[in-house]
Amino acid sequence: MKHQSEYRDPELAELQLQAIRQTTAGFGRTVTFMEVCGTHTMAIYQHGIRSLLPQQVRLISGPGCPVCVTPVGFVDQAIALARRSNTVIATFGDMVRVPGSSSNLLHEQAKGATIKIVYSPLDAVALAEKNPDIDVVFLGVGFETTTPTVAGAILTAAQKNLVNFYVLCSHKTMPGPMAALAGDPELQVDGYLCPAHVSAIIGANAYQPLVDNYRVPCVVTGFEPLDVLQGVLMLARQVVAGEARVETQYRRVVKPEGNPKALAILRQVFEPCDARWRGIGDIPESGLQLRSDYHRFDAARQLPVEVEAAIEHQGCLCGEILKGKVRPNDCPLFRTTCTPEDPVGACMVSSEGTCAAEYKYGN
Amino acid sequence: MKSDVILLGHGSGGKLSHQLLDDLIVPILSGIGQRDQNDAAVLDSPRGRLAFTTDSYVVDPIFFPGGNIGELAIHGTVNDLAMAGATPIAISVGLIIEEGLPVSELRQVLESMRDAAKQADVKIVTGDTKVVPRGKADKLFINTSGIGAIEHELQISGSSAQVGDKILVNGTIGDHGMAVLACREGLELESNITTDSAPLNSMVKELVDKLGSQLHTLRDPTRGGVATTLKEIALQSQVEITLQETALPIAPAVAGACSILGLDPLFVANEGKLLAFVAPEAAEQALAILQKHKYGQQAAIIGEVTARTTGKVRLQTTIGGLRAIEMLAGEQLPRIC
Repeated sequence: MKHQSEYRDPELAELQLQAIRQTTAGFGRTVTFMEVCGTHTMAIYQHGIRSLLPQQVRLISGPGCPVCVTPVGFVDQAIALARRSNTVIATFGDMVRVPGSSSNLLHEQAKGATIKIVYSPLDAVALAEKNPDIDVVFLGVGFETTTPTVAGAILTAAQKNLVNFYVLCSHKTMPGPMAALAGDPELQVDGYLCPAHVSAIIGANAYQPLVDNYRVPCVVTGFEPLDVLQGVLMLARQVVAGEARVETQYRRVVKPEGNPKALAILRQVFEPCDARWRGIGDIPESGLQLRSDYHRFDAARQLPVEVEAAIEHQGCLCGEILKGKVRPNDCPLFRTTCTPEDPVGACMVSSEGTCAAEYKYGN
Repeated sequence: MKSDVILLGHGSGGKLSHQLLDDLIVPILSGIGQRDQNDAAVLDSPRGRLAFTTDSYVVDPIFFPGGNIGELAIHGTVNDLAMAGATPIAISVGLIIEEGLPVSELRQVLESMRDAAKQADVKIVTGDTKVVPRGKADKLFINTSGIGAIEHELQISGSSAQVGDKILVNGTIGDHGMAVLACREGLELESNITTDSAPLNSMVKELVDKLGSQLHTLRDPTRGGVATTLKEIALQSQVEITLQETALPIAPAVAGACSILGLDPLFVANEGKLLAFVAPEAAEQALAILQKHKYGQQAAIIGEVTARTTGKVRLQTTIGGLRAIEMLAGEQLPRIC
């Protein structure tokens, strides 16, 4: 495929690997780099990148899969909304199998709820427009890559004066959790492979405070195998030189200032709020809520439902996995009670979750 | 046919049912005269072993780029017989129709079933038609069963793969799944991807005739794709399979669509593909046979059986990494960020 094969060239990959081996040869210890984004996690597994890196380089997966960090209470609320009469839940596919406290959306569908998998929030707006007698609730999950499109959908719904389109909002932002993890003494992250597409929106400059406050190298890295290898090399070089800077490997897409247009739409509709991250806890100013002008689209405000008390599954190590502290194989539920067909934790549900990737591609 | 849509009465067993059968279904599918219509088809029994298979088709939408549910139902059953090394003899067709299906659509499906059966040189010998109320089925479901004759003594089976075997596929992978997905409602993905649905029995016959006992395993990688099928074979034969990513034939449009949707072509369904495990000394001959065939021009050797072990499949990636391949779990879902 054009614009893909050139980023998978085996000879160039070998050159990158040689450079990584040379750079890390002098390390007296193992260095730990965290790939923050779920798409990086998938790419690293899919291309067998761990099997190629020298032993001194350890890659750990971070909290950048939006489905995985969505708290169980949000799923419970979506389930409660799904049980309302005359209500359709419109969602991206991954959310339907995420376990809530006692059910998931797929089970609710089997019991009679209407769950519609959409590929864009605008499909949910169209659904609301076509069915004025039905309340359409879109599950707003995702980082800055997704949020501008949700903001766009809300603006469209406002323009069309729709009174039956709602968003149940659990949007989150970067790089709040990266700072939380950088400050965790148990973790010792030596460098971040920063998300590719999130950075296309927020810009590489967004990581400067992280570098300033925690002296941790940050390299904004693309998703193709050569991108990842080059990102690792750039991080390794910073570690060797004792530096901590923001660098951009993914220059073909990411600008220092990001995408001002997308950010403007996002900020028009959403404002920062404190947010709960599954496994990590509450992080101030790391979420997005609808501004008061758009409260009429807020499902949580407009469609009151009784939500059961959130119960996290005992024994599930998703939280520790999301922080990069343990690997899926360390979890007693992995491959036994928790499988992609019958997931316990969100990391097994999402196609970009670390456990799903380990299950699918791990050796 | 007086009505231009299927009515509940067309499945009643009464006058309307007879009209549907006599005016539409029987003339198109079998052409058997009323005198010869009985409760069961009577067939001459061939010598040797028989192969018998069944499959139900519920594809949505029923018309998709390059094909429809009708030819898919014939090809699927023909191919299942062929993968056992059998020559298809006879097929049954069960139709479950949703009330309100336009007769013109049913006619189109039946005609492509007729054409597909003719091309695969198999006869449709018996069938059944039911009509269910609107909303109780989705347009049209089809069940086909088939009988085939095994005219040789070879043991072609998922448990016959041997260390050293080369693994061949007869062309690009993932075409059918992506063709259907790309035309689903809500996914406005403009593409030129068409289904690969095709009968593979003549290709298999050539492989059987020319390779003989050097042909060990045949299977068509339908749902779950090449990855799931290879994992099944690795488990059945208790071997390790190593694939080469660079050798996998994937159409650029399929690679692109998969990339956009976050899917892996190795797990996407095919309807006109087979995986053949052949002894290493016969691999080039097998490749030549496939490449000369109408449905095998882009055939390739994609991997080999590398060890005797507990059923592992590994992929050597383009950049030289190794990764494990497991069966498809759940449905492939599009990614969200």
